[in-house]
Amino acid sequence: MNRREFLKNTAKAVAGVTVPLAAIEILSPARVQALKADSSVRWAFLVDTYKCVGCGLCVKACKNENEIPYEANVTRTWVERYVLTKDGKLYADSPKGARDGFTSAKIDLGMGKFQDIRKEDIKKAFFVPKLCNQCENPPCVQVCPVGATYQAPDGVVLVDRTWCIGCGYCIMGCPYGVRFFHPKYHTAEKCNFCYHRINKGLKTACVQACPFGARQIGNIKDPNDPVAKIITTERVGILKSEFGTKPQVFYIGLDEEVR
Amino acid sequence: MVHGELWTLKELFVTPNEYIYWSVQIVMYPFMTGLVAGAFVLSSLYHVFGIKELKDIARFALVFSFALLFAAPVPIILHLQHPFRGINNLMTPHFTSAIAAFGIVFSTYGAIVASELWFLYRKHFVEQSQFLKKKQDKDFGEKLFYLIYTALTLGSFDISKEAQHKDEKAIKILAAIGIPVACFLHGYAGFIFGSVKANALWMTPLMPVIFIMSAVVSGIALCMLTYIVTMEIRKFLACKKQSPTYSPECREEIKSVEVNVIKMTAKYLLFFLIFAISLELLDLIFRGYTATKSWDVLRSVIYEKDFNSIFVFQYGIGNLIPFILFLLPGMTIRRAVVGVVLVMFGVFMMRWNVVIGGQAFSLTFAGYMHYHLPIIPHDWETLKEGLFGALAVFIMPFVLFFFLTKIFPIFGLKESH
Repeated sequence: MNRREFLKNTAKAVAGVTVPLAAIEILSPARVQALKADSSVRWAFLVDTYKCVGCGLCVKACKNENEIPYEANVTRTWVERYVLTKDGKLYADSPKGARDGFTSAKIDLGMGKFQDIRKEDIKKAFFVPKLCNQCENPPCVQVCPVGATYQAPDGVVLVDRTWCIGCGYCIMGCPYGVRFFHPKYHTAEKCNFCYHRINKGLKTACVQACPFGARQIGNIKDPNDPVAKIITTERVGILKSEFGTKPQVFYIGLDEEVR
Repeated sequence: MVHGELWTLKELFVTPNEYIYWSVQIVMYPFMTGLVAGAFVLSSLYHVFGIKELKDIARFALVFSFALLFAAPVPIILHLQHPFRGINNLMTPHFTSAIAAFGIVFSTYGAIVASELWFLYRKHFVEQSQFLKKKQDKDFGEKLFYLIYTALTLGSFDISKEAQHKDEKAIKILAAIGIPVACFLHGYAGFIFGSVKANALWMTPLMPVIFIMSAVVSGIALCMLTYIVTMEIRKFLACKKQSPTYSPECREEIKSVEVNVIKMTAKYLLFFLIFAISLELLDLIFRGYTATKSWDVLRSVIYEKDFNSIFVFQYGIGNLIPFILFLLPGMTIRRAVVGVVLVMFGVFMMRWNVVIGGQAFSLTFAGYMHYHLPIIPHDWETLKEGLFGALAVFIMPFVLFFFLTKIFPIFGLKESH
């Protein structure tokens, strides 16, 4: 074999091996299990902002359930407080994600500053719980360079902690700011609707912890599901529809100030 | 402590998970890839378009581009929370992600530069290999170089006129293919940002083009700077009486070559600088003119919070002053040095303003985040994602370049191409 032939054959062999190798996808057992999920299920979440009082029990329950260190200033779910004054100014905050509830009437302005608003100046005020929207068209799945963030057939977007490289592209890609780096595992982290619970027929930790029924989860593909009935028959809103992500967290009483 | 918390200060309404996640290493990443692409384009101006005035700097720029190539992925690896899993990107590339394209674009580009270098230096490898082969009583260094040069010939010892002609043709083809690939390499770095729809500042189709133009500008500037420094060292060595190459004529010759090359290259730098500035200003004007929902917060960041870093450092010191310096007649080496240093500073600030500025406001459009670059490191994270990490990345290509020039000499070679 002369050098020319040798080079030709090497190129052929490399190309021949690369093509089938590129087709192979390495799946973790957890991912295989998730992909086997029933496609007659599409999990959706319903938040009733009229019922939320900002007690923060949901945030606390979520942290305990999902191994998010209590003191860490990141959280899978949080509650925002909105206060609109009569002079047209909007104030909003979510100190520590409302982990301990809103115990003070003062608005946290950051950098150690607080704003006191008199009751008589308030036009309207409300609380809005937030969590991962489990988008139909999730930008985080689109941008993940290694496929560590993926969507199960039942719509829930999951993260493979053993495969995530920690680039932060998914955090940047999410228009809702629900993602963060796990303080212990240093991988991308977010709400997964307590996937380990809902697959066993349980409610999510936050739904179970809410004493006011402000949070509900259900199967939108089941016409008899109480959550599906509300979403399909009542006027509900979604966050940031302009991004085309098609969120599956629906809100009753959503206000234009909420972004 | 949560990643990002250490260097992020929050003001007004910012949601709990928001921090400056992409820090100085992600500023360094497009800056370094930009230098790679720019240096290659400069080298190709001679090889493809036959601009003879750039002949001297073309070879220099190609070797420097190769040195920069190794430094380009380092910032990303330093930034990863799991750097050892970086290989996953190549093992399970997820092609809807712009970052996943990195492995392919980068290795294609690397292969082109390496091949072009090989064709350019093949004759040198063969000559050195044969010279060292014949030499009796080789010392350790000579034995090592003999092995390196012989390996680098890849068994191709034909240096006849005909073979050299083929080499020249191959260089031309590779340089021509290399230009779009270099642009693609940096265009895709711009795409990484431009395609993030969640970020109001980044979301523009102009981003890849803006990145390409400023890349060419920064690459040319760095090549000019390194060229000047190298020539000054040569001049200094030629001045030394102990030096075997000492001669006043030699010194004058080096000086005149240096001035001619720099004058010519500065013209191309100016040309690309005009494009880069125009595109950036166009983007700014367009955003203000269309004034979509995000404009309120963008305006407050651009004209108030980041005013100094955008208008004073980037446009003023980094663009306007060097623009005037290069436009003024009678270019001198000293003026060129000031100009290119400012140009590079301007391009760095552009990257900074895109990466850090893009994260300076909350997704709620009602709050701000301020980034404090970690200067004194107190753990691994503040070391690699702080000032020292960034400096290490910047210095790396110069060290590599020094060692590469031992194998790929940039001066004193008989030019056949």
